[in-house]
Amino acid sequence: MDIFFQQVINGLVLGSVYALVALGYTMVYGILGLINFAHGEVVMVGAMVALATVAYLFGYFPELNPIVMVLIAATTSVISCMVLSYFIERLAYRPLRKAPRLAPLITAIGISILLQNLAMIIWGRQYKTVPKIFSFETREFLGANITDLQIFIIVLSAILMTLLLLIVNYSKLGRAMRATSESQRIAGLLGVNINKIISFTFVIGAGLGAVAGILVAANYSVAHYSMGFMLGLKAFTAAVLGGIGNLGGAVLGGLLLGLIESIGAGYIGDITGGFLGSHYQDVFAFLVLIIVLVFRPTGIMGERISERA
Amino acid sequence: MSIISKGIEKIRSNKRILFIGYVLLGIALVSLPFLLSNTVGRTWVRILDFALIYAMLALGLNIVVGFAGLLDLGYIAFYAVGAYAWALLASPQFGLHLPFWAILPIGAGVAAIFGILLGAPTLRLRGDYLAIVTLGFGEIIRIFLNNLDHPVNVTNGPIGINKIDPIVIAGADLTRTHEILGIQFSGAHIYYYVLVLLLMITVLICVRLENSRLGRAWIAVREDELAAQAMGINTRNVKLLAFALGATFGGVAGGLFASLQGFVSPESFVLLESIMVLCMVVLGGMGHIFGVLLGALLLTTLPEILRSTASPIQESLFGAVYIDPEALRMLLFGLALILVMLVRPTGLWPGTTRKQLGNKG
Amino acid sequence: MREYIFWEVKTMQKNFLIILLVGLLALVGCGDGGSGTDDSGKIIKIGHVAPLTGPISHLGKDNERGAQLAIDEANAAGITIGGEKVEFRLLSEDDEANPQKGTVVAQKLVDSGVAGVIGHLNSGTTIPASKIYHDAGLAQISPSATAIMYTHQGYKTAFRVMANDEQQGKVLGDYAVKTIGAKKIAVIDDRSAYGKGLADEFEKAAKSAGGEIVTREFTDTTKTDFTAILTKIKGLNPDVIFYGGMDAQAGPMMKQVKNLGITATYLSGDGIQSKQFLVLAGEEGEGAYASSPGLPLEKMDGGKSFQEKFLQTYHEDIQIYAPFTYDATSILIDAMVRADSTNPESYLPLLSQTDYQGVTGQIRFDENGDLRGGSISLYRVKNGAWEYIETVGGE
Repeated sequence: MDIFFQQVINGLVLGSVYALVALGYTMVYGILGLINFAHGEVVMVGAMVALATVAYLFGYFPELNPIVMVLIAATTSVISCMVLSYFIERLAYRPLRKAPRLAPLITAIGISILLQNLAMIIWGRQYKTVPKIFSFETREFLGANITDLQIFIIVLSAILMTLLLLIVNYSKLGRAMRATSESQRIAGLLGVNINKIISFTFVIGAGLGAVAGILVAANYSVAHYSMGFMLGLKAFTAAVLGGIGNLGGAVLGGLLLGLIESIGAGYIGDITGGFLGSHYQDVFAFLVLIIVLVFRPTGIMGERISERA
Repeated sequence: MSIISKGIEKIRSNKRILFIGYVLLGIALVSLPFLLSNTVGRTWVRILDFALIYAMLALGLNIVVGFAGLLDLGYIAFYAVGAYAWALLASPQFGLHLPFWAILPIGAGVAAIFGILLGAPTLRLRGDYLAIVTLGFGEIIRIFLNNLDHPVNVTNGPIGINKIDPIVIAGADLTRTHEILGIQFSGAHIYYYVLVLLLMITVLICVRLENSRLGRAWIAVREDELAAQAMGINTRNVKLLAFALGATFGGVAGGLFASLQGFVSPESFVLLESIMVLCMVVLGGMGHIFGVLLGALLLTTLPEILRSTASPIQESLFGAVYIDPEALRMLLFGLALILVMLVRPTGLWPGTTRKQLGNKG
Repeated sequence: MREYIFWEVKTMQKNFLIILLVGLLALVGCGDGGSGTDDSGKIIKIGHVAPLTGPISHLGKDNERGAQLAIDEANAAGITIGGEKVEFRLLSEDDEANPQKGTVVAQKLVDSGVAGVIGHLNSGTTIPASKIYHDAGLAQISPSATAIMYTHQGYKTAFRVMANDEQQGKVLGDYAVKTIGAKKIAVIDDRSAYGKGLADEFEKAAKSAGGEIVTREFTDTTKTDFTAILTKIKGLNPDVIFYGGMDAQAGPMMKQVKNLGITATYLSGDGIQSKQFLVLAGEEGEGAYASSPGLPLEKMDGGKSFQEKFLQTYHEDIQIYAPFTYDATSILIDAMVRADSTNPESYLPLLSQTDYQGVTGQIRFDENGDLRGGSISLYRVKNGAWEYIETVGGE
């Protein structure tokens, strides 16, 4: 039974990261109806920038308090990603708002390829290790092992997600965001600065993504230029699972997907009597998604997207 | 209408000029492989062969995405099915060696069945949900292909299937060099002609489909599914047909790929390939057959051109290779995608007579 | 918004596109336009293929360097073949560890008129490429592809200079049960041709030595999260975990093994016996075992001097397989010299009769092209470095 609980913990850690990234996808989709393929790469950039900053600080100011180092690195990373995302929206997506639906999708793919290869050129092709600044204790909890870092990931993600939900549901800015995702035209007529809101949405999503990237790099101690692609894909799957456009859905979808993957990989052999094994773990995740969509075509919590004008 | 288009119209209506034009085009097509192999090398003829196979794929996806408006991100699965069908029926894997005229129809049929299987659960799904589900299917097929080597060895797993039989006509192996009328035709050259022929047939089929009742039904479903249903179109069958027909083209292309390369492995059928084919369709001019062809030819040859020129340019400009050519070529590729979409969001060569997907006037 | 008909571009766009097209065509023109012949000394091209991009690009580059060293040495020695002075050149290609790309670059090398090929690195790419080289009659020597099938296809052109998976798996299986004393073993592979092949052989050998395989788990070459399968393995309490795969995954995996509190010993093959593994696994890599074909470099004649030369030329240490590409290239050139011809038809028979003392040991081939009497060495991570334990087999 403690193995099961360990898988649950693994799933929650994985899922928290998925949820953070999924929020970015779902917000953008809710407002623009666009699958932001480049979001995964923004997460990767977050991880790489943080890593580079830490390496720099470690090399030139080794006496610095580790917590300060991490904070500086995190801030640099989050700000870089926000700026990056802002410019992506401004230069690549905004001109295409009136274009056929698939054009910004291709642009997003182009940006994804561009960012990946830029990262390859700047930071090299190898897997990069995270320097050991902290040493994390492993704690035992109900028979399962969990490191301090993993606890931190779950807690931090929960805090950030709650903050976001509070902003979106209870602040003026949040109201403007919800209005824009209901109908851009009407919101514009009522005095909402659509461009600003859209930029803001991208920037927030990027910020969350950067944090996710840093957490992933810290947890697995590796980062490399292609880490964003699969992560982004899984996160988007999670967003769809929960109901695209729906923030709560993204959180739920992310956590669920993490749990499904962990428990699936662990038990798929037992469930199918040894016929299928852990090499089918990705299949498992997709199959669950398909089954859910067959019965609830708009995701678990239902979708919330704008009506097209 | 500008002067140029008036001019084109005039050319189109003048039968003689048209005829001469076609003859010139025919001569150009026939001599192209020799032109290439004598100037830039035989490798480029092979690259052209693969470009033609991708063109066929793009046309197949064009039916699903361009005509019927169904965003399919897992199209490469049908390519994989066709390729593995050929591999299983004509290689040492099972010891079967069926001739090509038997395998191609079987492969096409199997692919069509998969098309319906994959299409069926997606009928109720809207737009981008469809995308993620088809993506999931593409990955599922690839993972199965990679792992079906135990308990029963069907696909030989990650090692892939090697020594696949090529197309053999009248005892002549088409991937080898043959001499006809004193001219040396290498395998790559012969395959070029076979592929051009098949591609022309494909284009013909697509054009006829486009202008048929089915084609118009697809456009109706694409533009407004509810209205189409209200008009009495059986949207379920229409959509399934789109998937099945698109899959068929993919299956045939897959079989040709397996016979040309002599080897298949799951790595050739990753998600990135599906995305590439989609890019070809959209970049070329979605829905427009010749635009899609252009997109396919450009996107397959451009990376190769970049690959072989990235190092020499850097050497001549900077004296040394600073940026790794592989990274550089993909970088430029991504950049090209972005720029083309910004400058021509409807594609390089969009159709002239019908509205594009979701285009707001 | 009015749609554009293809030829109706705005003038500026049209000019831009035309310039772009002309530029591209010009570039194609000055791109590689077929073979180049030099008059001052005949140029002999030797092909080399390895992944130069991707997670194991560090190994690919390492291979390339080994081969280049051999080429440089041969050129410095001023070799004459068939009465002519020859200059060797390495034509290095990237197969991205992707079997399809592998076949494409193999064809490219054949079309470029190389005299022989050193490569590829991965078993998954070497096997399909071998068909192409065989059809072209070119010799192919792989420095690192260990899958058995490579030399069992009946190709007289396929050779390898290191022990294959069967030999390596057997040594590892025996070692796990008899020396480490494992009774319960969990096996993981990365679903690549190499990883799966090695794991299969290991399983066979371990079972026949009396060990019990408690589970077989899988991952793939792109993953970094192994917690799910490791947790399952933890529940089965094995003594040894065997991983068939490469250092890029093994490093993070070790960290997760330790974090989950798994006390089993970690064992793997030549794919992880590298510096990169030590870097990636950090202090959690302590105590891991790995095998590597051949003797440790320091123990071989000429090994130390090769190491120094490598360090001097490239300012970086050897990763894993550079000595093997060095030897492979050397014996290829040696066969050409003995046959006094660069024509594969002439030197191939002499290649199969090679009896050469290389930095990796004595190189002799059996009738399949496998290395005769290949030895396998075992290492363990101690204090952040690979410590040599012993060598099994060989002369």
